[in-house]
Amino acid sequence: MQRDPAPPRPPASSPLVRQPADLRRNIKYESELDPTFSDRIATLAYGEKMFSCIQCGTCSGTCPVSHYMDFTPRRIIAMVREGFRQEVLNSVTIWLCASCYSCTCECPREIKITDVMYALKQEAMAQGMYPKRFPAPVLAREFFRGVEKTGRNSEGPLMVKFFLKTNPFGMLKNTMLAFRLWRTGRLSLREERMKRPGDIGTLLRAAKQPEGGR
Amino acid sequence: MRYQYFPGCSLKSSGRSYEESLLAVLRALEVPVEEIDDWNCCGATAYMAVDEVQAFALAARNLALAENAPGGANGKPAQILAPCAACYLVLLKTQRYLAEHADLKQKVTAGLQAIHLSYEGRVQVRHPLDVLVNDVGTDRIARRVTQPLKGMKVACYYGCQVVRPFAAFDTVHNPTTMDRLVTALGATPVDWPLKTRCCGGTLNGTIPEVGLRLNRILLNEAKRRKADAIVTVCPLCQFNLECYQGEMRRKFHDDLGLPVMYLTQMIGQAFGLSDTALGLQRMFVPPARVPAVQEGGKAAHA
Amino acid sequence: MPDATPTNGTPRIGFYVCHCGTNIAGTVDVKAVADYVATLNGVVVSREYKYMCSDPGQELIQQDIREQKLNRIVVASCSPLLHEHTFRHATEQGGLNPFFFQMVNIRENVSWVHTDQAAATQKAKDLTRAAIRRVFSHKALEPKRVPINAAVLVVGGGIAGIHAALTLANAGKHVYLVEREPTIGGHMAMFDKTFPTLDCAACILTPKMSAVKSHPNITLWTYSEVAGVDGYVGNYKVKVKRKPRYIKEDLCVGCMECVTACIYKDARFPDEFNVGLSKRKPVYIPFPQATPQVVLFDPETCLQLKKGKCKQTCIEACDRECIDFTQTEEFKDIEVGTIILATGFQPFDPAKTPYYGYGRYPNVYTALEVERLVNASGPTGGEVVLRDGSHPKAVGIIHCVGSRDEKTNRWCSRVCCMYSLKLAHLVKEHTGAEVYNFYIDMRTPGKGYEEFYDKLLKEGVHFIRGRVAEVTDWAMTPQEEGKLVVRVEDTLIGSVRRVPLDMVILAQGLEPRADAQDVRRMFNISCATEGFFLERHPKLAPVNTFTDGVFIAGACQGPRDIPDTVAQAGAAAAEALALIDAGHMELEPNTAYIREEDCSGCKSCVPLCPYKAISFLEDKKKAWINEALCKGCGTCVAACPSGSIVQNLFEDEQIFNEIDGLLSELAQV
Repeated sequence: MQRDPAPPRPPASSPLVRQPADLRRNIKYESELDPTFSDRIATLAYGEKMFSCIQCGTCSGTCPVSHYMDFTPRRIIAMVREGFRQEVLNSVTIWLCASCYSCTCECPREIKITDVMYALKQEAMAQGMYPKRFPAPVLAREFFRGVEKTGRNSEGPLMVKFFLKTNPFGMLKNTMLAFRLWRTGRLSLREERMKRPGDIGTLLRAAKQPEGGR
Repeated sequence: MRYQYFPGCSLKSSGRSYEESLLAVLRALEVPVEEIDDWNCCGATAYMAVDEVQAFALAARNLALAENAPGGANGKPAQILAPCAACYLVLLKTQRYLAEHADLKQKVTAGLQAIHLSYEGRVQVRHPLDVLVNDVGTDRIARRVTQPLKGMKVACYYGCQVVRPFAAFDTVHNPTTMDRLVTALGATPVDWPLKTRCCGGTLNGTIPEVGLRLNRILLNEAKRRKADAIVTVCPLCQFNLECYQGEMRRKFHDDLGLPVMYLTQMIGQAFGLSDTALGLQRMFVPPARVPAVQEGGKAAHA
Repeated sequence: MPDATPTNGTPRIGFYVCHCGTNIAGTVDVKAVADYVATLNGVVVSREYKYMCSDPGQELIQQDIREQKLNRIVVASCSPLLHEHTFRHATEQGGLNPFFFQMVNIRENVSWVHTDQAAATQKAKDLTRAAIRRVFSHKALEPKRVPINAAVLVVGGGIAGIHAALTLANAGKHVYLVEREPTIGGHMAMFDKTFPTLDCAACILTPKMSAVKSHPNITLWTYSEVAGVDGYVGNYKVKVKRKPRYIKEDLCVGCMECVTACIYKDARFPDEFNVGLSKRKPVYIPFPQATPQVVLFDPETCLQLKKGKCKQTCIEACDRECIDFTQTEEFKDIEVGTIILATGFQPFDPAKTPYYGYGRYPNVYTALEVERLVNASGPTGGEVVLRDGSHPKAVGIIHCVGSRDEKTNRWCSRVCCMYSLKLAHLVKEHTGAEVYNFYIDMRTPGKGYEEFYDKLLKEGVHFIRGRVAEVTDWAMTPQEEGKLVVRVEDTLIGSVRRVPLDMVILAQGLEPRADAQDVRRMFNISCATEGFFLERHPKLAPVNTFTDGVFIAGACQGPRDIPDTVAQAGAAAAEALALIDAGHMELEPNTAYIREEDCSGCKSCVPLCPYKAISFLEDKKKAWINEALCKGCGTCVAACPSGSIVQNLFEDEQIFNEIDGLLSELAQV
């Protein structure tokens, strides 16, 4: 008896496909949610308008990287509103966001979605909720520290530190690029410095002081 | 009144030719600029990802320096010139948010006071594209052109941050300031729908598979529309689009080979300034040249 | 009614405080209030009762007036908006002038807004004391009666205006129907089929249009506009400007020989009725069933009218000698008693949403353009084709264009989901293309509307719930080359999708007409913040305005479909009929008047009146207030530098007495 050929399998990378043996349950109990999450994020991002979201999906439609995201921007807003804190702060989405502001400009409710993404990045960094060698937050952290110390960003040294902390072999892959940049005078391994770099530390500490931060 | 020039960290290293060509062009147009003394990094997207108040405070130091610079604005708001699109956006956003949110202003003011600085809100943050088109004017620029770039087709790439989200000097959808400027130089701007689509920003470093694809989409489309070059106004966009073409060749086995120039380099070419003055020798892909030989002008390169 | 004061100018006040069930009595100690008031000067009777507005309650007042010879009444209960009229009537029934009554609101102003019972009771006592002091200085007033002229003006000849006009005309009233365009029919005449029944719009509309034309009670003035309105309810004097068609209307039969004979052999000018999709000649008729069936000349494009020299082949061709290039605009003065505004809407202009590519990409159309394409009497004879004449294989319909958006129009335009479903059906029927509807929510509230949605679901139309951010011609795959691409998040399935299309239809929203502010000023009504005409009450008075005698109906009041428009038009006609058949209207006497001897003729008051009720009498050099227009807002009274303006029911003495009463026993002042 001739059997019908098996239907072609969808690409393994499609998020709509799960392995048959994967029996994870997609159910959320009310007690697992964080009811204060939405207010906290809304305040951080000057985003009270976030509550007016009609879930139209324009943000996801215009975001140039939404198709790489585990949760599209629209879904993130819905999850923030309802208090799905764990899922949101552990998502890849917030680190894929390149702050292009397309979503903010297209949103019919004028929600500052980019600011919401920044607020989520800040929350995730403050709580250390990212994998140890995950490039995006590591880059942000190293950049932050570098500028705090010297007042200016030193691209060369920053890149070295970044690769050492995330993926040392990545440095090897980029040797050619680094070499060409150095050859054309576009790469400097020197540390850039302000005249009075100490001012930066003082400035940042004093700004943070008044109410112990937002 | 001198423009308070804020170079930003990129323009001193990977974006060196942007600074070189910008200052050369401004000199040729007799636009007075002075670099802000002891400026600090604007924080770009990194600071905003870590702590918002500190990010605004960091950027605000530069606003305060410009406001009180001896260059003097004679009572009018000081004009900060920020060529890097990311710096431009951070400074502009800081200025706007400080004006709108009193609680933020309070904290930032406390920070500035601790380092003996004050900021009253009397600054305007400008991008060179804005200054060239609106302050200098395309007419004046056209008059200074000695080598019209006739026959050259360019894809004007604005990127995200000069038009979004504030659209201070051009529209969010289908901006035209760069196209007008390029026309004044004698070249032809190509009509394409990706003028403001994100190049990926820092993703080329953090999530390169995604970043590379975003770069490639832009290069592909510009090439399809028969552009001879892409012209840009942001050092990160220029870096992303130009410097990864080798990697793209390895990965996708085709050679897009498109020159990616700074707008100021193109203007400088039309003004007849030398290659080194414009930092053209620093480009990875040889810069675009005018295809036809100009009568009585310099011979064109292949 | 004469002041039945049996005692000589001594107050004999009857006071009644209402429990209102527990609404008042639950917070305010009404018995304590009644006891307290009984101790006040001039109070003869002080009672508390469960429901003052009831029949026995009102009886109480009447009985006391007669038996106790009361000359003033005060009731402390709910808001005057509710029952001031009731108690004034009761007072009148008891034999007193109804304006010898004063009401105190101790419900909305006291018991419903305070929880501290002791403080609430004290507040009720204070307010009542003030009213008691005030009421004796009330004077006897007579409400003014104005007669109502039986003729009606209906402005706007769309389906709303047509239906209102016919209803009134059938009731025997004379109607002037004024329409700005050369024909009646409005936007409905442009549609092909209407939802949810898919009736042909022209088939159901044209019989009504002919009925209007032939009705003996309707004077139909098309190509005309209202130029000025004076007067007040029941007595409006309206000036109508009739624009010149350069045709003698009663002679022309619409044979169109002049159009054929026109010196322009080819039609060259954009045809407004076909939304610019086809061309017309300088002499034209808007569409075949135009009513009246009369041609007109466009003075901007007709050679004779523009340059003064033309062979005038049209005149040669006309055997009824209708053409008259010497016509000028004509003004008609009419008198009507009531006005119905049915001026309709304007479609949202997609130039304001450039990201959808209208004007940039040729195959992006507006819904109204597609209505004309799909119409058998339209520019393509019912063929849905692209600009180059080919048939589309994939069509996308984008919902909510210009609506539900902070940057354009905040509101939902109500009809777009339904007409997008209709267009999806018609386009699929005419072309067999794949049709995609990109929506945010599917709004199908009316009768038969959900069933219509179900019908569309069964027809294989793709419904993608995701708002479109951009229409672009940038292709990512070979199948997208040369197409218009829409990138959306399919929110229900949970995937980002790219859909290549041949044709994109923008479901544009409805907005107020550009001249809505000018029109509303002319008719002395208001617009709401979004710009539509303002109704008196959104639920209980949707067709009335704050100006007596002026009514609104249809899309000029808010986005609306045809069933609701017709219902509103009928409602407006009924409101007008109610006034007309009553024959007269009583106006509140709390109007202002000028004491001539004190008026210095400074004219400060004249421009202040929001109702244009004050005029300056040149002969006497004094200002004069038209009582019928005055609404008693008090602005002129307060502003008059010589204090010569007095307002009934708010005279200085009355107000000061009230203030004295309030302050006289307060612990801290």
